[in-house]
Amino acid sequence: MIFRVFEKEELKKLVELLIAHNRVVGPVEAGKDSSGIPIYAFGEIFEFKDLRLNYTTTKLSAKKYFLPFKEELATFRMDTMNWQKEINYNVKSPLILFGLHPCDINALNKLDKVLIHSDYPMPYYLAKRKNTFIVGVNCEPQPSCFCRSMGTDTAMHGFDLFITDLGNRYFAEIHTDTAYNFLKHIKTTEPCEDDHVRYMKIVSERNKKFVTYVDTTDLMKILDMEFQSEVWKHWGDRCLACGTCSSVCPTCYCYGVEESVDIDLKRARKLKMLYSCNLIDFAEVAGGHNFRPERSTRLKYRYYHKHRGFVEAFEESLCVGCGRCGEACLAEIRVPDVINSVRSNGVRV
Amino acid sequence: MISQLKLIDITKSSMAEKRVGDLSRFEYSYKAEIMSVYRLTEKETLYRIQIIDPEERRRFSFTPGQFVMLELPGIDEAPFSISSSPSIRGEIELCIRRVGNLTNFLARVKRGTIVGIRGPFGKGFPMEEMHGQNILLVAGGLGLAPLRSPIFYVIENRSRFEEVNIVYGTKSPDQLLFTYQYEMWQKDDINLNIIVEKPDKKWKGPVGLITDSLREILSGRDKEFYQNTYAIVCGPPVMFKFVCNMLNEFHIPMQKMFVSLERRMHCGMGKCCRCNVGSTYTCLKGPVFDYWTVMNLKEAI
Repeated sequence: MIFRVFEKEELKKLVELLIAHNRVVGPVEAGKDSSGIPIYAFGEIFEFKDLRLNYTTTKLSAKKYFLPFKEELATFRMDTMNWQKEINYNVKSPLILFGLHPCDINALNKLDKVLIHSDYPMPYYLAKRKNTFIVGVNCEPQPSCFCRSMGTDTAMHGFDLFITDLGNRYFAEIHTDTAYNFLKHIKTTEPCEDDHVRYMKIVSERNKKFVTYVDTTDLMKILDMEFQSEVWKHWGDRCLACGTCSSVCPTCYCYGVEESVDIDLKRARKLKMLYSCNLIDFAEVAGGHNFRPERSTRLKYRYYHKHRGFVEAFEESLCVGCGRCGEACLAEIRVPDVINSVRSNGVRV
Repeated sequence: MISQLKLIDITKSSMAEKRVGDLSRFEYSYKAEIMSVYRLTEKETLYRIQIIDPEERRRFSFTPGQFVMLELPGIDEAPFSISSSPSIRGEIELCIRRVGNLTNFLARVKRGTIVGIRGPFGKGFPMEEMHGQNILLVAGGLGLAPLRSPIFYVIENRSRFEEVNIVYGTKSPDQLLFTYQYEMWQKDDINLNIIVEKPDKKWKGPVGLITDSLREILSGRDKEFYQNTYAIVCGPPVMFKFVCNMLNEFHIPMQKMFVSLERRMHCGMGKCCRCNVGSTYTCLKGPVFDYWTVMNLKEAI
């Protein structure tokens, strides 16, 4: 692994250079909430000052750049009796994602496992992943973050460049030759012993700031044991089955496919739309039988997929502990509370 | 010095760690023609569908129990189990009930319509493993559609199986599927036991639930019969529990009981999660499961 350090003003040079020649997306301030606290979102960066690298977290993850909420899988040219299918992986230009937190990078690594490194790799996702240059940035743990419990508080791979604010300068972890070449445009130096000490101090200070923890020991087994537990009914009664948790989640990838014909009947489209397992018809089959008609069984399924099934398949959970779902949930259902209630076989209010 | 990213085309083999063939297969449909439309009952129709390209036709084969995704561009795409003989390449028969958007549209199409076929997907019944054994095929209602493929296999390889029983039940006699083939099955020394819940005036056969017929067949056999019997079960969700419980009661080995689960896949390739049972993809690990696996899956049946 190659490390470099650079002065703070060099970052502006780097970002401006990248903006000049590429499409760059990063955290921007989208507005303020009622108490005047900034709301952040991933958006296009046109000027260096738009980029908020010290952002807390975004409401939506960066998932939409890899798994758009709506995406055309194919279009058809229609004749009277025949048709031609045309497939496009929907990547017009490369993208630079500047300023992803470790949780969001780890979310992509988890998606890679099921969408790329499995039977039937998904070219739509792979094409976007291959054409995205990722710059990670260290973060300030928020009260809702429980990534440390999920083992996703640091990113080991899945990015090109990772920068950590050392206070006086930036510490850069270079993972790809593209990143190495980009950094040639600015003044960087070899990190000295003092930089290493500062880096390690910052890491250990950050670790102390996590306040939310989830015990995941034996969770797979416990989920199986507590499959009939009353706690699922409790959470199911609270759940509004709106699917917000899935749409803000950086790792939810479930979808549905719909087709439509253009009004001139000359073209048809096959559309993939992200879905949520909490929505009522998620497991409905032809003829109307629904395998999960109750909100509680759907909510339970979501936890089983993330914390049991995915672990069974890939030896890690499909949750990065970013806390977005809990913050966005109108019924205030939070993952740590749900898991703790399953563990202790009861809901503490 | 480079400051601009280059667009990477993943369809160029050197650009992706995955083989291009694997990637293009994701959304690839075989173009196929509906060769015949055969009305079975008021609601079910049998479609014979042939892949158009001769080379693709030669390559396309499947095992009994597998399914395909059938697409009518602009209308919808849905999973259907294959109902025809696995020894015919490049041509399949699908028995489809008129029940939703796509199937209602299909009920109106004519011979010669071009459709898209993706697949075959999933794991089928391990037919070769069953050689030398007794076979018990239990179907409820439309559940006969996926069982017709293993029935063809059994007929075509009849000498390799011992006693073969089909237990088939529907609500009423007018819902019975493939009535024109019953004689052929019986001539191949297959015991056909049909039972209906609500008989009409012409019905002379047994009346009752599928488990009534099943009990009759299984009662009073020797231990060896149960140990050497493979059971294949397919039907509506309520039926599975009662049939499987009864098979269990007679000590048919769990690893010799196979069920084919119905779920509404949107991709067939382990991506959309719509067919997940617990957290198992029915499209990849199923739709055929042995009973031991089903017992370990939560909320399967």
